Amino acid sequence: MLGTGLIQGLAVTARNFVGSFHGTKRFVTTQYPEERTKLPEAYRNFPFLVCESADDPMGTLRCVACQICEKECPPQCIYIEKSKDKKPDANGKMQIYPAVFDIDIAVCMSCQICVEVCPFDAIEMDQVFEIAATDRFTGLMMDRHALAKPNGYFHQIHPTQAEEVDSRLAAERLAAEKKAQAAAAAKAAPRPAPAPPAQSPGAPSAQAPKPAAPAA
Amino acid sequence: MSVSDVSPLSSPPGPNVRAVHDEFHGDLLEVSMGPHHPSTHGVFRMIVTLDGETVTKLKPVFGYLHRNHEKIGENTSYLGSMPYTDRLDYLCSMTNNWAYALAVEKLSGQTVPERAEYLRIILAELTRLLNHTCLAGFLLQDSGASGTPLMYAFREREKILDLFEALSGSRMMCNYQRFGGCRADATPAWLDAARTLTDNYGGFLDEYEELLTGNEILMARTQGIGRLTAKLAIGAGITGPMLRAAGVAYDIRKVDGYGLYPRFNFRVPLGAHGDTYDRYMVRVLEMRESINILRQALRDIPDGPVMDPKAKLRGFRPKPGEAYGRIEGPKGEIGFFLISEGGPNPYRYRVRPPSFINLTILEDLCLGHSVADTVAILGSIDIVLGEVDR
Repeated sequence: MLGTGLIQGLAVTARNFVGSFHGTKRFVTTQYPEERTKLPEAYRNFPFLVCESADDPMGTLRCVACQICEKECPPQCIYIEKSKDKKPDANGKMQIYPAVFDIDIAVCMSCQICVEVCPFDAIEMDQVFEIAATDRFTGLMMDRHALAKPNGYFHQIHPTQAEEVDSRLAAERLAAEKKAQAAAAAKAAPRPAPAPPAQSPGAPSAQAPKPAAPAA
Repeated sequence: MSVSDVSPLSSPPGPNVRAVHDEFHGDLLEVSMGPHHPSTHGVFRMIVTLDGETVTKLKPVFGYLHRNHEKIGENTSYLGSMPYTDRLDYLCSMTNNWAYALAVEKLSGQTVPERAEYLRIILAELTRLLNHTCLAGFLLQDSGASGTPLMYAFREREKILDLFEALSGSRMMCNYQRFGGCRADATPAWLDAARTLTDNYGGFLDEYEELLTGNEILMARTQGIGRLTAKLAIGAGITGPMLRAAGVAYDIRKVDGYGLYPRFNFRVPLGAHGDTYDRYMVRVLEMRESINILRQALRDIPDGPVMDPKAKLRGFRPKPGEAYGRIEGPKGEIGFFLISEGGPNPYRYRVRPPSFINLTILEDLCLGHSVADTVAILGSIDIVLGEVDR
């Protein structure tokens, strides 16, 4: 009979309309900003720089200004200037640090490639999305002070990934220390043969970057 | 022309004033629909020549969203093009990613672990569900059913997008596939969520079909409208649900058997008339088959790595050569053609977008129909302007 399909459709609409007042199955809208959905752990939007300590963020940045992320960034929103001098990093090793590290997050497309290519786990993805600015040119231009966030914060937002990164870094640190001790022992031992040139205690152990780790 | 050139209306017709009513009868009217028109799904323009309300000529104009995608691809590293492929067909970023990864894998001869292949199939079929659900919503919106079907479609789409977000970190710009695997592994909880969604989706489709398939208004608006013959479809290179609605059994999942699709048991639905209603119906049936594939994939997914251990992120330089990778995207054959000269960038990067090629026969479908039907026909072609204009 003509019109049966229409009436059937109206019944579906009515069921949904009434159903949305009873039970949560059809009640799907979240009343932002009063209500918020929980972000999944993998959620990403813009990058930040990881530092070891919240008290001295600039002194403990993991970034060594190798500029790989700057080169790989597809929309080229990262700008890095290397420092002329070296500063001790969190492990007390002398490292170059970024004198300038700017990310124009108005250009950034949140692709996470900088995170994936970083051999030092120095850049990670943030989850803060309420970052509207009133100045269109400088309001979204983040410098290294604005970008630096402590490792504890990284643990807060991406716990699984941060755990992996930390254990990997600890293993590397251990290996470097062992190597340094061995090198020191070799140096101290009175031997005519010259000590192997690589890996004196001062040389950065991270020179041979570990294989890039896919983000968890 | 100054004001003094125009004779006042009371005076006899001069050289500048013509008796309009004499020429009015039988004249054709040229209307520019778009680029800012909600029914064109973006910035698409049709110059429609009308005789009364009947379309006698239709000239599609596109390029308003052109952003140099292919040239940028030649100047970006292979990995750097991956996030840009998300932005081609922004509803189906997972299938775009897969097609591009497939092309690069052919170029570099990389293998993909089995678990990653399963994940790719799961994500591609979820994308198909998402795209076809949205398409049905948009089609109904275009034919005048304001709101309801589209909102129901978006309610379900949101659940799939939540899955994408939990896995890849982003709802739409997933950037998930990598050359030689997938970027992140799916947790057991994620797979369970995908299973729940797959189990519930059939129920939603039943409800959706109850709302639409038997609806007399939808039938009147779509049956016999925009008929596409198999001959024209094959001649114009149409692919995807549009071609199958015209009755041609051509599905790259079956023809190429890329990925692990030969392992899966599914059917390819075909249309009989090639009209707008068939295009809607074929998509609904395809969704049912997608659910079927998802069930099998989620049941059989093995454990293991999701990334080829030899895959390189930095300093990726495939050997010189060329490759074409194509998959059956929700809209049709999405393919990427690459020429490598051994450098970090492709020498040539070319996209074969399904919606662009499906759009080329718009005039043939619309001739003889009314303006309102044009909108419904355009809706049933399923275009995304990000892919048409690149």
